Amino acid sequence: MDLQQLIVDDPAAGLFRVHRSAMTSPEILALERERIFDRCWLYVGHASEIPNAGDFRRRSIAGWPIIFVRGSDGEVRALFNTCTHRGARICRQDEGNAKTFQCFYHAWTFDTCGRLIGLPGEDAYGSGWDRSERALRAAPRLDSYRGFYFVSFSPDGEDLATYLDGAKEYLDLVVDQAEAGMRLIPGENKYAIRANWKLLSENSFDAYHVLSLHQTYYAFLASLGVDVTGARGWTAAEAQAYDLGHGHAVTDTPARMPRPVALWHPCFGEEARGEIDRLRARLVARHGEERAYRMAETVRNLFIYPNLFLIDGPAVTLRVYWPTAPDGMEVHAWALGPAEEEPALLANRLVAYQLFLGPGGFGTPDDVEVLEACQEGFAARTVEWSDVSRGMQRDGPRLFTDELHLRAFWREWHAHVQGRRHGDHREGRKQPPRPASTLV
Amino acid sequence: MATNVPDGHAAPTISREEVEDFLYAEAALLDAWRLDEWLTLFTEDARYVVPSPDLPHADPATSLSLIDDDIVRLRGRVARLNSRHAYREFPWSRTRRLVSNVRITGTDGEDVCVSAAFLVYRIRNGQADPFMGQYSYRLTRVDGALKIRLRRADLDLDVLAPHGTVSIIL
Repeated sequence: MDLQQLIVDDPAAGLFRVHRSAMTSPEILALERERIFDRCWLYVGHASEIPNAGDFRRRSIAGWPIIFVRGSDGEVRALFNTCTHRGARICRQDEGNAKTFQCFYHAWTFDTCGRLIGLPGEDAYGSGWDRSERALRAAPRLDSYRGFYFVSFSPDGEDLATYLDGAKEYLDLVVDQAEAGMRLIPGENKYAIRANWKLLSENSFDAYHVLSLHQTYYAFLASLGVDVTGARGWTAAEAQAYDLGHGHAVTDTPARMPRPVALWHPCFGEEARGEIDRLRARLVARHGEERAYRMAETVRNLFIYPNLFLIDGPAVTLRVYWPTAPDGMEVHAWALGPAEEEPALLANRLVAYQLFLGPGGFGTPDDVEVLEACQEGFAARTVEWSDVSRGMQRDGPRLFTDELHLRAFWREWHAHVQGRRHGDHREGRKQPPRPASTLV
Repeated sequence: MATNVPDGHAAPTISREEVEDFLYAEAALLDAWRLDEWLTLFTEDARYVVPSPDLPHADPATSLSLIDDDIVRLRGRVARLNSRHAYREFPWSRTRRLVSNVRITGTDGEDVCVSAAFLVYRIRNGQADPFMGQYSYRLTRVDGALKIRLRRADLDLDVLAPHGTVSIIL
């Protein structure tokens, strides 16, 4: 297989296409595991999930069994959930608070920092056996950015802050909406899609499909009095997409929808108006008018390469996924909200989330259906290419319905599967914001 | 058993047989995709809830659910499923619902509380995906007919795999 041939990227002709074997080949999936999922920084959990010493969440991260735990020393760790003795998964609950983790096979007992603190019959082990060498192994690297924890299964590589690149600015726009910090709201959407994982990297911010695939959602919003006409005919000056470097990308558009922080709409009810206006005013006080506008009155689908989305629309969705097979993926999604949010606005946030997103919404089921339909279509192997060329020769900024952001993902992916460090991210690269002092 | 009866209201009189007949008739409407008729079974203040699989029995006001419909959203859901553009369900899947273990668990004012076990198969493209769990209903009598004030489907599934979605009415 010639990996270089998997993508045709021809700016001079305005053509970008992806060979469909990228979505069907077991060999390519094996390369992705080795060169992407075993190397990149991968989202593992949020600080709000484990606030106290001993709090833990059992996770599977791209297939790696992990205990995401705050140890008795207060430090957050990502421990491999495998006994160092014979391999059994020692943590067998999804979440909780523990003083120790005891393997149920031979009763080896570890503390929440991973140390082996007890085992039956230790006197049977010889002089070369060292208890300290049998501590639970931790993922080689763990780091966090503003409450979002990431692991890397590679001991070396760029630090997280460098890796996140231009995505940090967009993470800040979400985190700074809260005064007492963002938290993951209880309740997890956990589902499978019978399609290649990369199709969700495209779909989760593919704005081109929204009005066709999701017309039933917009019809319902229109029946509630939400103005949905604005989504048509937007110019690139209003509704943009950016390459954020390192494979990350974002769509960044004006909000034409209710936002709990903080854009009032009649569907919130008149009684919520005061609170939402108050939240908006406090955003301005904390961050200034320009930044408050971006936080309150724009919608951003942020992609953090290779498998994380933070979708800040009528609610904030955190979505992570990974391959289980060339034609299968597992998806986990949560709602994020300000820790201090008033009950009525929290309830409204949850309704807004569920209305579109999630396996029971008016939108996501049709996304799942179309990704599975694409995967089925790939069986026609002589139709070799998928097209991702929209807007490639547009002058100036790219429109959010252009496919610049999808290409940003594919360019990084193509470099990685070939064993190169980075793709070419010159098309539509978002420049870092100027410091406030230089603004006129 | 809750037996608080407000002044002027009689405690509801209802037999398990009547409840079972109601639930079986409801299941038949859903399996036949007669959704507009199904909608007429609900009160104006009705709620239809499917919690996230990891938190069955959770409060939809404070936890992320799969579905938390008031009557407006429920009508929107039916309008969507009746259109040709709810692509996950166009053409409609076949479904087969088995409702069992029906119990009257209590009364609350004019409402009677019911629990039942369900097994709903969704059959499509050679695949039969089973959804199993527990129904909780609050039923009330309006002009002699039973109506649904609350319909909750708590899934026993802990992950929607391979189902992917809850695109049918559970």
